Order: sequence, then C-alpha cells, then structure tokens
Amino acid sequence: MSADQRTAQLDAPLSETTRTVTLVSWKSAGVLLAVTALYALLLLAVPHSGDTRFLLSQRGDFFQIPVIVLPAAPLAWACGAVMLAATAFVVLRTARGSRTPLWVVAVFAFAGLTGFLAWAGAGSPRDLSVVGLLGGAVLWSVPFVYGALGGVIGERAGVVNIAIEAQLLGAAFTAGIVSSVTDSALLGLAAAVLAGALVSLVLGLFAITYHVNQVIVGVVLNVLVVGLTSFLYSQVLQDDAATLNSTTRFSSIPIPVLSDIPVLGPVLFDQPLLIYLMFLAVPAVWYALNRTRWGLRLRAVGEHPKAADTVGIDVVRTRYNAVLVAGAVAGLGGAFYTTVYLSQFGENMTGGAGYIALAAVIFGKWDPVRAAFAGLLFGFASNLQNVLSVVGSPVPSQFMLMVPYVVTLLAVAGLVGRSRPPAASGEPYIKG
Amino acid sequence: MRLELRGITKRFGALVANDHIDLVVRPGEIHSLLGENGAGKSTLMNVLYGLYQADEGEILLDDVVQHFSGPGDAMGAGIGMVHQHFMLVPVFTVAENVMLGHEQTRGGGRLDLEAARAQVREISARFGFHVDPDDVVENLPVGVQQRVEIIKALSRNADVLVFDEPTAVLTPQETDELMAIMRQLRDEGSAIVFITHKLREVREVADRITVIRHGKVVGEALPTASDGELASLMVGRSVELTVQKDAPTLRDNGLKVTDLVITESTGTVAVDGVSFEVRGGEVLVVAGVQGNGQTELTEALLGLQDEVSGSITLDGKELIGRSVRGILDEGVGFVPEDRTYDGLVAEFTIAENLMLDRSDGPPFVRRGALQRSFRDQFAREKVAEFDVRTQGITTPVGRLSGGNQQKVVLARELSRDLRLFVAAQPTRGVDVGSIEFIHKRVVATRDAGVPVVVVSTELDEAVALADRIMVMYRGKVVGIVPADTPRNVLGLMMAGISPQDAKGEVA
Repeated sequence: MSADQRTAQLDAPLSETTRTVTLVSWKSAGVLLAVTALYALLLLAVPHSGDTRFLLSQRGDFFQIPVIVLPAAPLAWACGAVMLAATAFVVLRTARGSRTPLWVVAVFAFAGLTGFLAWAGAGSPRDLSVVGLLGGAVLWSVPFVYGALGGVIGERAGVVNIAIEAQLLGAAFTAGIVSSVTDSALLGLAAAVLAGALVSLVLGLFAITYHVNQVIVGVVLNVLVVGLTSFLYSQVLQDDAATLNSTTRFSSIPIPVLSDIPVLGPVLFDQPLLIYLMFLAVPAVWYALNRTRWGLRLRAVGEHPKAADTVGIDVVRTRYNAVLVAGAVAGLGGAFYTTVYLSQFGENMTGGAGYIALAAVIFGKWDPVRAAFAGLLFGFASNLQNVLSVVGSPVPSQFMLMVPYVVTLLAVAGLVGRSRPPAASGEPYIKG
Repeated sequence: MRLELRGITKRFGALVANDHIDLVVRPGEIHSLLGENGAGKSTLMNVLYGLYQADEGEILLDDVVQHFSGPGDAMGAGIGMVHQHFMLVPVFTVAENVMLGHEQTRGGGRLDLEAARAQVREISARFGFHVDPDDVVENLPVGVQQRVEIIKALSRNADVLVFDEPTAVLTPQETDELMAIMRQLRDEGSAIVFITHKLREVREVADRITVIRHGKVVGEALPTASDGELASLMVGRSVELTVQKDAPTLRDNGLKVTDLVITESTGTVAVDGVSFEVRGGEVLVVAGVQGNGQTELTEALLGLQDEVSGSITLDGKELIGRSVRGILDEGVGFVPEDRTYDGLVAEFTIAENLMLDRSDGPPFVRRGALQRSFRDQFAREKVAEFDVRTQGITTPVGRLSGGNQQKVVLARELSRDLRLFVAAQPTRGVDVGSIEFIHKRVVATRDAGVPVVVVSTELDEAVALADRIMVMYRGKVVGIVPADTPRNVLGLMMAGISPQDAKGEVA
C-alpha cells in the first residue's frame, strides 16, 4: 500500500460496520490438485486400452437408448482434463481471494468418478450399467441419508449424535428379528424406529440429564451395541436362524408410467417403500426444522439454550424430544440392512456407516437437504465396488472397499469450506 | 402493576446472596436498585424472574402472592426482563427472536412469521425504535439488540420491566436514548426496575433508589442525593471518587505502534490500521464501547494474536513475531480482560498463581524442582504489599472475591522489571475499595517511568486515569485527545464521530 492510499483511507469516513476480509484457505485447491495428480499417475502407470460400454436403457423402457461405446483411454484423459480445469479454476479463485464454490467440487467429483469408471471398465465385454450405477447409489445412500438426518436433528438441538452407528446397527438387528418372526417388513420397520429411539434415550439420559461428555457417550454406545448385537446374534439368532433370522423384505413398488422413463425411472421410481419414504423425509425434516414451532424451539435450544429457557422453553424436554426423533429417523436407516438389502442380520453389518453419516452431517453443514446430498455422494462411492466387480475390473476389491472412506475423508477435510455448527452443539445445559 | 418483594432470602451453600430483602415498585415509577458487583442485585432479579427459587419470602403482584417455577410463569404474570447478557439467539431474525416461546402457527404447523413481523413493527413504531423484523440479530449493533430485548418483553405485555445493568455495553449516547425509552415506558404506566452500579445514571433517571450491600437492603435514597452520599451508602464507608495524580513526567522510552492490522480467523478486521505512541511516564487510556478492537489490540501487544501486520516496537525493539515468552522477557506486564479465564488458574493457590510466569528457571525453579519455600516467601510478601484479603497463601484463587483476584494478577504482573504495562479492563467486576487500590498502583507504575496502556469502557475511569485518551471505533482510532476533553465530546467519539466534528456538535 502506498503512502497516498493510506492517507486516503484515513480521510475516508468511518464505516458503520467493522471491515471484513475473506481469509482464503489453500486447502481445497491443494486437495483437488493432489487428487488430480494421483488420477493422472494412475492412468500413466496402469494404462488400460479398449472400449467401455455404457448401458443406459433397460427392457420395458419407453424407448431404447443404444449402448454407448466409448474408447476408454481418451475418455479417461478427457475427464482428467476437466478435473485439471476445475482445479485451475479453484486455484485462480483462491489467488483472487474468493472461496471455492460447491458446484466446482461437484463437477470435479463427477468427472473424476466417470473417468475412473471408464478406466476400470476398459476392455470388458460386459456392459457398464448406468442404471445399476445410479440406482445402487440411491440404495446405498439409504443408511447414510437417514443417519445424517438423525445427526442433523440431534445436533441442531445441541446434542452431538455420535451414536448414529449404534442407532443403525441396533435398528438393523431389531428389524431383522421382528420381521423374521412376524413375516412383516412393516412391523420390522416399526421395531427399527423404536430401537433407534431407545439408543437415543440412553444417549439423552447421559448427555442431557447427567451432562456427560456427548462424544464419549456416543462412542461408548456404538461399541456397546456392536457387542450386544454380536452376542445376541451368536447366542440366540444362530440357534434358530430359520425363524429368528430370515427376514421378510420390502419389495420394489414400480410407480406406473414414471418407472418406465429410461435411466431415471428405474433409479427413482422402482424402489422399495423405505426409499420413497426417504425422498419424503428429506424435505419433511427441512420443513419441520425451518418452518414449524417445533423446529424453531429446537434450533433455539441448540444455539442459545439459556435464551430459550428465559422465554419459558423447557430446554431439557426439547432436547430429549429432538434426540428421540433423531434416533427414530436413524432407525429407519438401520432397517435398510435387514428389510431391504439382505434377508438376514449379520454381525456388525453396518460397518461404520454411522460414522460416514456423521461426516455427511458436517459436509452438509448441518442442513438436512445438503446432508442428504452428501449422503448420496457417499452412497455413490460405496456402490462403485459393486458395479466394477460386475464389469470385472482389474482393481482389487479390497482397494475399492476403501473408496467411500477416502471420499468421506477428502470431503470433510478439504472441501467443505468454512461452516459453523450450532453454537451450543455438544454443550450440556446446566441451569443457573 | 404493583410489584412487591417480601423478605426474599436466597442462599448458595453458606453464602447468603439475598438476606430478607423487601422492595416495592409501583406502576409509573422507575425504581433503581443500586449496589456494587456481587451485592446480590442479579440474584434478586433471577429470583423474581423464576430462574432461582427463593429459600424464604414471597413475591406479590397487585397484592397477590405468586409462585414462579420458571421464567415462563414470571412472563405469564407480566414480568419482562432485559438481561445484561442479551438472551437473543444470534442466528435468528428479530421476528423469530420475538416470537420464540409464544409462537403463533397457521395450517400445517407453519410458523406465522407475518404476525410476529407485524408485532415487531407495531412496537417499534410506538417507541421509534427503527428495528427491522427481518434483520438477523448478530448483525445488529448492541444498542439495537437491546431494543429487540425490550420488544420481546413488551410483546408479552409485560407490566413490570426489569433492566439488568443495561448500560454496560452502550455508548453514552445510546445510554441517553435508553433512558428516554425507560421514561416513556414509565409514563405509559409500566413499573420499572433499573439495576445498576453507576451513580450518574441512577441520579438521572430514577424516581426512587434502593441500595443493596452484601445481600441486604441498607437504605433508600432520592435522586437528589449526591454522588458521594450514594457511593458511601453503596460501599459502607466514604470513598474517594477521584484519582490523585501529578502532571506526567515524560521520558524518552516507550511503546510505538504503527499501522497495526489484526485479522480474526473469521475474516473480521478487528484492528484496522492503528498507530499510536505511549511514552514512559504517561497513561494512555484506550476508550470505546466494548468490542471495537480493544481486546485484540491488547492481545497483540502480548503476542496472543496470529494474523498481525504493521509494527509494535518497545524501546525500539520490534515485538511482532516474537513468542509470548519473549515479549514477557522484554518486560511487558499484562492484565487480561477476563481474569478468571486468562489471568488465573482458579484451582491453583495464590502462591502458585503468583509464580505462574516464572516457572522456567531460578529462583522459583532449580534443576526442575519447585522452590517451595522461596515461592511461599514471595507470595507472603506480595499478599501483604497488594493488600490481598485472604486467609492464607494456600487459598485457591477461585475462592477470592473479584477485587482480590485482580490484586493477585496485578501483584504478579507488577513484580517484574517492567518496561511496558498493559491493563485491560482492570477494574471490571471489582468492588470500590479494590478499584481505589488498583488505580493507585496504576498511577504509581506510571510515575516510575513505565509507559502504561489501560483499556476501559467506563468513561469515568478513562477520564480519571488517563493522561491522554485514545478512542476506538470499529477497529479504527477515532482520535487521541487530552484527558480533560469534555465527556460529551468523548461520548460522541465513542460513536465514531471525529474529535473535530464532535466538538462542533457539542458547541
């Protein structure tokens, strides 16, 4: 700054508000650059040639789209170019002091995953089903989305819901037994909701009533439920698996007409009840949080509990209410495992999905809609492995199992941008 | 509505915070509750508001005994409170804050925001508040936030309004406006309780005054009483309200700050191009309403801020970029703004707190071992020298009163060889007796030839201590003026008006 400029500044009238500057972080640019470099390295080190066949239509669609055959190597490199362009864009923006917009990250991720698919599916005689890719992503996102909704509800009320994993697993187990015994998937679902709420009740008892550190209670609950369900599984379920552990599942309900649209139809409109319910739950939670008395009070309690107390809102009750609803919603996600995905319960079958849901909460900046989309992204990553094993990919399956976690880590670490959690999140409310 | 408190007693363990307090507040009067920090005013009001339950005594509204089990009951009965620390949700809009707790809904459970907006506009128009119902509270200036608190109370049809230390965060102009609002409310028939420890305000606005000391009502007074009379009633003995000091003897050494810019992690530029100089032997008071960059400025002097540019030199040596330890070793003494968080370890004893900054070598530590007898000897000397009222040097600091805690901080910081002394809000939450003592020590430090920087939000203190006053507003320096500048000029400067314009406006 020159001396002239400085004088000019001093002479200027004092502004009404304090000046702010945007503090930019090179983190997202760095992460994108690193991922692009790794991607290029992969293509160079392990070149794949041949074509990749993308299958779009299914039998019974309105009209048939022919299989799209693209040469793999150019496609993969083209995607790499898009990634590089997105990275360059972010670098330029950061240098000029602006933040990274989310859509650039989305374009980057889409290009990267498409290129990876092209590379992995190269030369395979089998078709790479786009419907399987997207439909599977929706299916796999179910526990993440419900779990994330549960996480959002709890944390907006000021209670960190680390116990999503416990809620999912407990619900999966309970839904499994109940639907096996009653032969009703719907009763299984109801039982899952109760199981999720029950885990929440324990969380609430320690975190809200006894002011125990919420993170510790949550982690302990997660471990406890793993132990409990594994014990019951080996001691009870396995003795009589035919009656106790062969669940009745939801069948797909194709919605007339809509389900025949190519690609979109089977992905969105030929799914089991639990998934339609999910499509409704996301906007419903958003509406409840932002437009109703229940939501206003819930958010008030999560931001400034004492202020809520001084206008006559019962903080403890409001938090219990929120945590129970959160557990119930997460329980719906747990039902996925035993009433949609498999017809039996298996030890620790959620495999850390609750933690990914927790990451979706943060990636989604504590907003139910954004968190749901984050859950969808993680679902897509989880599904890659299935798709590629069908195509016959050369990538080891153990490596693919890692992908959703790596995506989660990158998403939360570098790309989420500045976000602000509810002010009283994790703070027990102690009167006086 | 007529409010009566009869024999209210509230105990916290052995401590009697309120001891059989009687108080009557009539409709159409402003009743001031005057007392020092810790006298029990806020406890009494929390009892009234249902946040605490009284151990004895009763609350009557229009001669009917009330039983409040929570703030909801108190509000329902017509009591509204403007809290010292605003009870507003920062990320909510004004309308959302006002409706919270008594929301109206339409079909589908949808919040009726329009009704809340209309209510805010209506009350705002009635009192000339200029509050937009759709503004987000955290973006509003403090004075406006306080009006939102008032709207909140009025929207619930409060007939008894309690203002708990309402002027602590306001500029003198905002304080005047608040008093006008209080008078208007009184004239409309509200009963108003005004809690404060500032004598000037009490005499200006109160119709009646009740003085509380050590949890007891010690007397009543009329606003015609003098400052001296009110102060001695409040403290229990006659007090010296002015600071005795001679003209400064300036020396050549000193602190020089040039173009200091401090950016917080949120991107807010807390201190924006600040330059000033303090020479040995003078006191520069940094005045201004709280939150205009003073905290960050003092922290930067000690190396506690990360994003700092510009230059801070002490006796010619650059301090920016040095560690806190390095700056302490240069001879900087620092009294932090919040002594309980930053100044002391509450669980540690007085003796341990007194040596916190010298644990890295002799004479307090030799070969890694604490020299306990030396430490205790040192502590006994300092406790005597700084008049810390305590049972012994092994008392945990957290058990001392605010004034005595502050004396411990002062004792520690002033017992090094200082070349700069920085004290942020040294008398906040401190009893009048300790204030006198602290002021004397600050002046003594100045007279020893040390440059002294004091941050104060209290105009009285600024004027009493300063040789020069620097007023800050929104991170910038409004002006550096002599200590004898008229108070109303200083007040305008605290609202961001340049000294020239402020003088013009006053003249």
